Amino acid sequence: MTQTQLAGLLPELEVIRADFPILERTVAGGLPLVYLDSANTSQKPQVVIDTMVDHLERHNANIARAMHTLGAESTEAYEGARDKVAAFLNAPSRNEVVFTKNATEALNLLARTIELGPGDNVVITEMEHHSNIVSWQLACERSGAELRWFGLTDDGQLDLSAADRLVDERTKVVAFTWVSNMLGTINPVTDLVARAKAVGAYSVIDASQAAPQLPVDVAATGCDFLVFTGHKVVGPTGIGVLWGREDLLNELPPFHGGGEMIETVTMARSTYAAAPHRFEAGTPPIAEAIGLGAAVDYLGHIGMDAIHRHEQTITAYALEGLATVPGVTVLGPLDAAQRGGAISFELDGVHPHDVAQVLDSRGIAVRAGHHCAKPAHARFGVQSSTRMSSYLYTTPAEIDALVEGLEYTRSYFKLG
Amino acid sequence: MMSDLDSLYQEIILDHYKNPHHAGLRDPYEAEVHHVNPTCGDEVTLRVHVSDGVVADVSYDAVGCSISQASASVLTDLVIGKPVDEAMSIHETFLTLMQGKGTVEPDEDVLEDGIAFAGVAKFPARVKCALLSWMAWKDATARSLEETHG
Repeated sequence: MTQTQLAGLLPELEVIRADFPILERTVAGGLPLVYLDSANTSQKPQVVIDTMVDHLERHNANIARAMHTLGAESTEAYEGARDKVAAFLNAPSRNEVVFTKNATEALNLLARTIELGPGDNVVITEMEHHSNIVSWQLACERSGAELRWFGLTDDGQLDLSAADRLVDERTKVVAFTWVSNMLGTINPVTDLVARAKAVGAYSVIDASQAAPQLPVDVAATGCDFLVFTGHKVVGPTGIGVLWGREDLLNELPPFHGGGEMIETVTMARSTYAAAPHRFEAGTPPIAEAIGLGAAVDYLGHIGMDAIHRHEQTITAYALEGLATVPGVTVLGPLDAAQRGGAISFELDGVHPHDVAQVLDSRGIAVRAGHHCAKPAHARFGVQSSTRMSSYLYTTPAEIDALVEGLEYTRSYFKLG
Repeated sequence: MMSDLDSLYQEIILDHYKNPHHAGLRDPYEAEVHHVNPTCGDEVTLRVHVSDGVVADVSYDAVGCSISQASASVLTDLVIGKPVDEAMSIHETFLTLMQGKGTVEPDEDVLEDGIAFAGVAKFPARVKCALLSWMAWKDATARSLEETHG
């Protein structure tokens, strides 16, 4: 494969790729791995792996309760990770960063603790990941609140024409994804936050797909809450983040009860710690949090602006390449500047599972299915799709391999 | 030697996928079920008509990959016209093949075109695709019998 040079790619892409040991492995009987499933989970650089191993080998102890050297080191590393995440988000205070299991748990935390009642409503969108749909469905079922949603236009954007009717004075929460995991659409975050603010509703941003590829500045968005997951930002699984304005976090009731989230406990009642510890009951995923700290440090070192440029460049190149394959229909915006790096598509005459299976036989990893976004698929009359998703280590040659793989898939299924 | 991919996508499977047998939903039937594969979203609506202890008809409307579609087609070929007991036994044989991780030698006398799925058993992620309509059929047949006897 020849390396195509495109303006906008990360400089020293080969050096970056060398940071990710998994990219050296072969699959499917000796073929180089072409990993195009980063929106599902990203690969991990050596520095994240080493940081976690070093913690487990040399510093492991429980945090905030062990009165010994290792306990102090572990606590310092864990709280240091919180500082790194706060810097990554440009959060005004480190106390606003709550570690959770993942973005799903962060959304469920909010859906469980924000008070709702009959007559209230929650507004979401039709392009949400299931985690930002089902958690609010459950909250509305419990409370008697009404669930509303923004529909989508034919070109995969939010349909804001009914916004004034949807978001009204009884709206308590407006929850939406920054970047769609299926359509790739980048939503007008500041506009949506302003609409929520205008009616006194909380704004909740799901940044699971945005945090890996865009500079996220919580202060600039003006939002109340924002969530993302560690494993999509080159960090480990098992760790996610809820960011919330400090005053709001401290107004919310606790989520899980247990150790570390209390001020004092008697048999009759307890008082609760302030955020972030209020929401971190029990021993947290310590090594994972420390790994996440190393991950956001790594991304910060490369620069989120540069990563975003790289993603846009690769996405544009992929959209061009996909357009050359007969029978391919891309779902969502076709302008790379208007979208994220996950591209879902259909290949006429071949089911996505079969596409993914044939690609896998050539060492190419993509996702096939509904990508936990069944309503968004239903909106476009599609049962499932194939999704390629790039990241900071993706090369144009890998996109070429995908395009060739799709041509091969067509011939394999005898589509001329 | 046949590649793994070719052992998965046998010609027989691709033929059934392109020209599925007994497709569509028909009357009469005693039971209709809707089964989904939640991981990938494949769906099948399947009806069973049992008459005098014989599987008189199996009709279906399926959305999914080549493996799940072809499997539904092969299923109907194998069970329609068979006594329920024999059809259940064929179901067991197919289940054993699919859960055998590629170690079970398929019996062509029992499974006919179904032997083409032997290669699927080597792909754990695809076994559920092959079994979707078979599980739906077993469910619908049991309900159909309840309906008739109840």
